[in-house]
Amino acid sequence: MNFEAFREKMGYQPLLLGAFALLASGALAWASAATGEAIAAAEAKDLRDSLSEVLPQGMADNDFLTDTVDLEKGGKTVTIYRARSGGEVRAALFKVAERGYAGDIQVLMAVDSDGRTLGVRVLKHSETPGLGDKIEVKKDPWVKGFDGRSLGDPSPEKWAVKKDSGIFDQFAGATITPRAVVKAVKGGLEFYAEHRKEILGGQL
Amino acid sequence: MSDNYGSIMKEGLWGQNVVFAQLLAMCPTMAVTTSGTNGLGMGLATTAVLVVSNILVSLIRHTVSSQVRIPVFVVLIATLVTIVDMAMNAWLHDLYKVLGLFIALIVVNCAILGRAEAFAVKNGVVASAVDGLAMGLGFTGALTVIGLIREFLGAGTLFAQASNLLGPSFAFLEMKLPGYGGALLMILPPGGFAILGFLLAGKRVMERRLEQRAAARAEPVAA
Repeated sequence: MNFEAFREKMGYQPLLLGAFALLASGALAWASAATGEAIAAAEAKDLRDSLSEVLPQGMADNDFLTDTVDLEKGGKTVTIYRARSGGEVRAALFKVAERGYAGDIQVLMAVDSDGRTLGVRVLKHSETPGLGDKIEVKKDPWVKGFDGRSLGDPSPEKWAVKKDSGIFDQFAGATITPRAVVKAVKGGLEFYAEHRKEILGGQL
Repeated sequence: MSDNYGSIMKEGLWGQNVVFAQLLAMCPTMAVTTSGTNGLGMGLATTAVLVVSNILVSLIRHTVSSQVRIPVFVVLIATLVTIVDMAMNAWLHDLYKVLGLFIALIVVNCAILGRAEAFAVKNGVVASAVDGLAMGLGFTGALTVIGLIREFLGAGTLFAQASNLLGPSFAFLEMKLPGYGGALLMILPPGGFAILGFLLAGKRVMERRLEQRAAARAEPVAA
């Protein structure tokens, strides 16, 4: 039987589909194995870079990637990286997430031992390109507006975007995105205030 | 058709342009054309996938029976995009941070499956590669043009953040119109539809003019 005729047979179709599914999953497994290490390394480097970005220089003399404490926040585990200098915890770095316009916005923030924000950066988001992505520090300095803020400055009802009678700017065409970031940072500060003892480890 | 590369290029770039003639890939077109840079990035990533998928589809076109070709092509394209996504994440991490957002969107681009169906499955490998390149570049051009117009009217800039995509040496492309706040509508989805509508109308008018001119030139001979 020649191939042309066999190709039109009923039995050929599932065989072909099965073979393709096998090939595709094989290719994906191979690619995943081949890239896994490099992706993990690139992400670790990213984490180190972004952690160093929210932390002002000279605040830490330890390797804060390994000095961590895990806490519960809303049923999820949050890893807190502690920056020490001279053995004392000077700042806590951790990630918070809040639902934005399109999916979760992951925010990395550094809080000093008094509960003041040292720096805030958006790690990951899927907001509208050209509108909501101004929360990236590369595209707009907006996110630097959180530096030095604490739960008392501004007062709790002013922790909002201007449209909601707060003090933080929204972007033209994107209110939901900055609103989510403001909420995330405020939630992070509250989380820190709640767990200050555990984070600082009895050094009060 | 399959052995005339010049006409394949011309069809891809103009006559059968993915956006302006086939009206395919409207979802990525509307979603990413908020700036010229975004359009360019999405266009280039799509071009790469389109060329490779056209080549692969053309290679297997005799093995795949017509009854199951659609699922086979879908699996093929999805696998391809996923591998490109992972490879870029691993080895071109900086570029991935800029383009990563667009890569996953390529899977749902019907133009890729469209070209596999309409061209690669009936033509040779080289012609299919040329077709993928032409369609991809036509798509890139359309996205960049729509993006630039929307960006200019909506934000008063041109190629903002192009240096993030293409490297610092392309910073000269970035332009800003001073003292213009921008009409937000153009950045929002309605602006995308409006601009696309005007461009489509413009293309029709231009083509009619060209036809009339050709007819006018032919007339004296006939008379």
